[in-house]
Amino acid sequence: MPNVSMTVNGKAVSAEVEPRTLLVQFLREKLSLTGTHVGCDTSQCGACVVHVNGKSVKACTTLAVQHEGADVTTIEGLAQNGELHPMQEAFKEHHGLQCGFCTPGMVMSAIDLVKTHPNPDEKTIREGLEGNICRCTGYHNIVKAVKAAADNMGG
Amino acid sequence: MTSETGVGASVKRKEDKRFLTGKGRYLDDINRPGQAYGAFLRSPHAFAKIKSIDTAAASAAPGVVAIYTGADVAADGVGGLICGWAITSKDGEPHKAPAHPAIAVDTVRHVGDQVAFVIADTLAQAKDAAELIEVDYEEMTPVVDGAAAVAAGAPQVHDDVPGNLCYDWELGDQAAVDAAFASAAHVTTLDIYNNRLVPNAMEPRAAIGDYDSGNDEILLYTTSQNPHVARLVLSAFVGIAPEHKLRVIAPDVGGGFGSKIFIYAEETICAWAAKKLDRAVKWTAERSESFLSDAHGRDHHTTAELAMDANGKFLGLRVNTIANMGAYLSTFATSVPSYLYATLLAGQYTTPAIYANVKAVFTNTAPVDAYRGAGRPEATYVVERIVERAARDLGISPVELRKRNFIAPDAYPYETPVIMTYDSGNYPLNLDTALKLIDYDGFAARRAESESRGKKRGIGLSSFIEACGIAPSAAVGSLGAGVGLWESAQVRFNPTGGVTVFTGSHSHGQGHETTFAQLISEHLGVPIENVEVSHGDTGKVPFGMGTYGSRSLAVGGSAIMRAVDKIVEKGKKVAAHLMEASAEDIEHANGVFKVAGTDKQVTMAEVAFAAYVPHNYPPDLEPGMDETAFYDPTNFTFPAGTHIAEVEVDPDTGAVEVVDWAASDDFGNVINPMIVEGQIHGGVAQGIGQALLENAVYDPDTGQLLSGSYMDYTMPRADDLPSFKIETTNTPCPGNPLGVKGCGEAGAIAAPAALMNAITDAIGVEIDMPATREKVWRAAQSAQQAAE
Amino acid sequence: MYEFNYHRPGSVDEAVGLISEDAKILAGGQSLLPTMKLRLAQPSDMIDLAGIPGLSDISVDGSTVTIGATATHASVAASSAVAGAIPALAKLASGIGDAQVRNMGTMGGSVANADPAADYPAALVGLGATVHTNSRTVAADDFFTGIFETDLAENEIVTKVSFPVPQAAAYVKFANPASRYAIVGVFVAKTADGVRVAVTGAGGSVFRASDMEAALNGNFSASSLDGIAVASDDLNSDLHASADYRAHLVSVMAKRAVQAAGG
Repeated sequence: MPNVSMTVNGKAVSAEVEPRTLLVQFLREKLSLTGTHVGCDTSQCGACVVHVNGKSVKACTTLAVQHEGADVTTIEGLAQNGELHPMQEAFKEHHGLQCGFCTPGMVMSAIDLVKTHPNPDEKTIREGLEGNICRCTGYHNIVKAVKAAADNMGG
Repeated sequence: MTSETGVGASVKRKEDKRFLTGKGRYLDDINRPGQAYGAFLRSPHAFAKIKSIDTAAASAAPGVVAIYTGADVAADGVGGLICGWAITSKDGEPHKAPAHPAIAVDTVRHVGDQVAFVIADTLAQAKDAAELIEVDYEEMTPVVDGAAAVAAGAPQVHDDVPGNLCYDWELGDQAAVDAAFASAAHVTTLDIYNNRLVPNAMEPRAAIGDYDSGNDEILLYTTSQNPHVARLVLSAFVGIAPEHKLRVIAPDVGGGFGSKIFIYAEETICAWAAKKLDRAVKWTAERSESFLSDAHGRDHHTTAELAMDANGKFLGLRVNTIANMGAYLSTFATSVPSYLYATLLAGQYTTPAIYANVKAVFTNTAPVDAYRGAGRPEATYVVERIVERAARDLGISPVELRKRNFIAPDAYPYETPVIMTYDSGNYPLNLDTALKLIDYDGFAARRAESESRGKKRGIGLSSFIEACGIAPSAAVGSLGAGVGLWESAQVRFNPTGGVTVFTGSHSHGQGHETTFAQLISEHLGVPIENVEVSHGDTGKVPFGMGTYGSRSLAVGGSAIMRAVDKIVEKGKKVAAHLMEASAEDIEHANGVFKVAGTDKQVTMAEVAFAAYVPHNYPPDLEPGMDETAFYDPTNFTFPAGTHIAEVEVDPDTGAVEVVDWAASDDFGNVINPMIVEGQIHGGVAQGIGQALLENAVYDPDTGQLLSGSYMDYTMPRADDLPSFKIETTNTPCPGNPLGVKGCGEAGAIAAPAALMNAITDAIGVEIDMPATREKVWRAAQSAQQAAE
Repeated sequence: MYEFNYHRPGSVDEAVGLISEDAKILAGGQSLLPTMKLRLAQPSDMIDLAGIPGLSDISVDGSTVTIGATATHASVAASSAVAGAIPALAKLASGIGDAQVRNMGTMGGSVANADPAADYPAALVGLGATVHTNSRTVAADDFFTGIFETDLAENEIVTKVSFPVPQAAAYVKFANPASRYAIVGVFVAKTADGVRVAVTGAGGSVFRASDMEAALNGNFSASSLDGIAVASDDLNSDLHASADYRAHLVSVMAKRAVQAAGG
């Protein structure tokens, strides 16, 4: 089995994996980082979104071995010294989550969205989140949260 | 008194931190020592005899631990899956409940039916091996449509269910309705289909069975909205283990919407296999499996007729419905198109005579059961579409026609002709509030502006009602429920003043950990951060009936209040002793016990400490501050409101944009407005999804599910929806100590009719849900041609 | 997903050398991996192009935009050079899939996969692009040969595509509401050699609407397309759109594309 090494949430990690191991499986099963979820099998729902080298990707649709040497951030790596990331804080403040299952992917996508569009309007936010499905919130409060976070992140 | 963390405050959710930091513990995040992994082999056919199953090659595959078929399950005496609500047909016969084995024995009856369960050391090995199982099927012709299933000569899904008829049930006074129609000045008719939906909670179902041979105890982790009910059914009816030897844990659950109420084959098999193998067995659905095996929702064919006098006053309503049950009866399937549906056909109106006939039928499709709203969206959809059509027929504005027929705000309690007694409400107020929110008066100008851009604009109303807080055990028992629908709660003070609340309600997104803590904070003066709400574990929570039917606060919250009452009562005795007063003279408010008429007082924390360190304690009182209560209300609750949709249609493509949404809902008292608004947003989104986007489609010839993934089943996404304008009104519910009505389902109940009425208003033609772009385009074309 | 061997060659030649009968080229993987997850494909070997230097380069040279095979949709969408030369191409890339798919999915992967509902084929055919492989060049008109079929030989790898810069162009997509692939996508380009109209999503493969091209060559205006429709006979028909509806949408989207292109 090939060995794959990468940096995950600032920590160097390495493990032997079958080539067919998806990045999300590597994170969940090898590293016990279970905050990254799997909600579908057709790359639509976005519950698995993580950042690879600073860009949001669907961890269910990429192999672990493709990311040799990459810098990966998961939902577990956002809060620093016990302080929530502004996007996490905004989701809490604006009730942008209910069951919480889609939330990690939604937050990771939203952070990338704000990075690409520092001052997004509602339409930009809604279109920018098309890769993430939430069944609970009707997106209303997610949109509010992302807008508020963008403001707080100095957009 | 509204404190920052008490009743009425939008307290930020206590549960959010773990969900936001990836520390939620959903089922697939849990692993048991030494666990094996299971994969189901599922039927590729809608209807077939299983002539043989050859597992030899699969058994020899790497890592395979065991392979079980229906014969193995049957040989072990594992019972089939049950339906827990008995419906009696109009001829007095009980509903037909054909056998529903957890793994098919000799016949598969829908695509996705379980055929074998493969357990291996790894999931990949289990899946690899499942492909090596050879099944010899003899295919038969399936039937998938409910109306087709009752037609003469239709394929017979079960040999012991003639004509595929599960039941033929009626409600209401047929003769009175006939008389009303005989005297009517006008009759409006409606023929509609309520589309089939796949619930699609974002967390797929999953289960882990584990076995402790030393104690002969099974531990089942399952994605359930009601772990105690799962334990009861798996124990009493399926025979997995006695209740006291079966512990069921529903950890963080990623949404339910009804689909996780039911007791499914997969969790049954995991629990059974774990004991058989003396090894933990984990199964997690892939989304494709969820589409095939989760209980679906809705799927009604309905014809309705509304009789009116010359002024548009409703005289009578006649409704005939064919409800598709799918291939087998899911846990509460029979109740949905009967007592959860026809009992709401009065809507918000004074219609004096109503008669409903419902035929529930079997087809070669996934079982159909409760999905957000369960029966009540179907009722509102029928009533609110026929009312809108009647308004058009009569040339009366839909607002005016509704107001002419509303039950008056002073008419409560109000008995409908379909056995419900509405307890409180103010329907005109909600309608007027919603009209203002959406600026109804400004619609004509907005329409003109749309037309100047070549677009068609429409506005549509839905004045919905629901019966929820699903509870009164005596009532549901008399209607056929096999269980009581009370709720239980335990409020436990720790010696140092912190509180743990154990509730039989289950939170899978509803925010109970916050709302319930607010009740304790408000009534016992405990800082909210010192209140922990524990749920979802039969090993911790005394008892429970779970969360569905918008019942958690009205029933579960009321149970907590009963336990709080007991705490206060005991606390008074302790306080009286501590302050050397008589218990009768002790007054309690917000966690402070006072001797009436003095400035002597002790706090709840002091009382709790004394109860656990009873060095100075009433001689005849038990130590401890830990009270359990059960609550069973005497009536349902009746949330109601008006939702208004505004749409813009592109006649060139049929694309519908939902440009505005206003809702005014009466949920009685509100504990946490932020959470309530979130529930409305989500419910409306699902209702918009049903009306515009979502559709579970089976191929009529092959019985294959054509919309079996997110590539074809359209889930509402952020860019499909508008932001919502929401207000609440309040007529407190007289039926429970909190005065609350429940808000979880309202949006999904109200929304479809509002949206479809708006589309009709825009294009001038009525169509069925979902209003796909092609359907809207064709309808708009035909309306255009008719006009020319 | 079935088991396979994974390879990460450092050069195109090395990649070509690794090709075997059941091997698959892995570019972005956004179409291939979902197919494999559903066990609908069973490659023996996966040849990952991500480690090949220079293969993701994007360059604009006077009248030509050249995009390397492993350039992601996001990088094309974000490229100011592309946006300056062929804004319709950058816009098309910005509308493929969703943001996460665009961060992984590649131009070469999309082109070689030849999904009948993919966006890029419309751009290639609409602009009259040239596909470069390890061994030759192929005109886009000759490249897409059917449903998921191209002119590529087994031992051929797409290395880049060069797009001639048009006078004006636009792409308008009517997306499948569930998958967000094109139900109909029309790419219209006004070039020195005449107008090109390429349609994706509607048929088994991208095709040119020659009647529309003729009309637009006469007068590059949406009104020129009045009364011109593609025949629905060979168009796709599924849950989301019948062939008739698709034919109608081709006309509507073509007009919108012409308008967007300044016509």
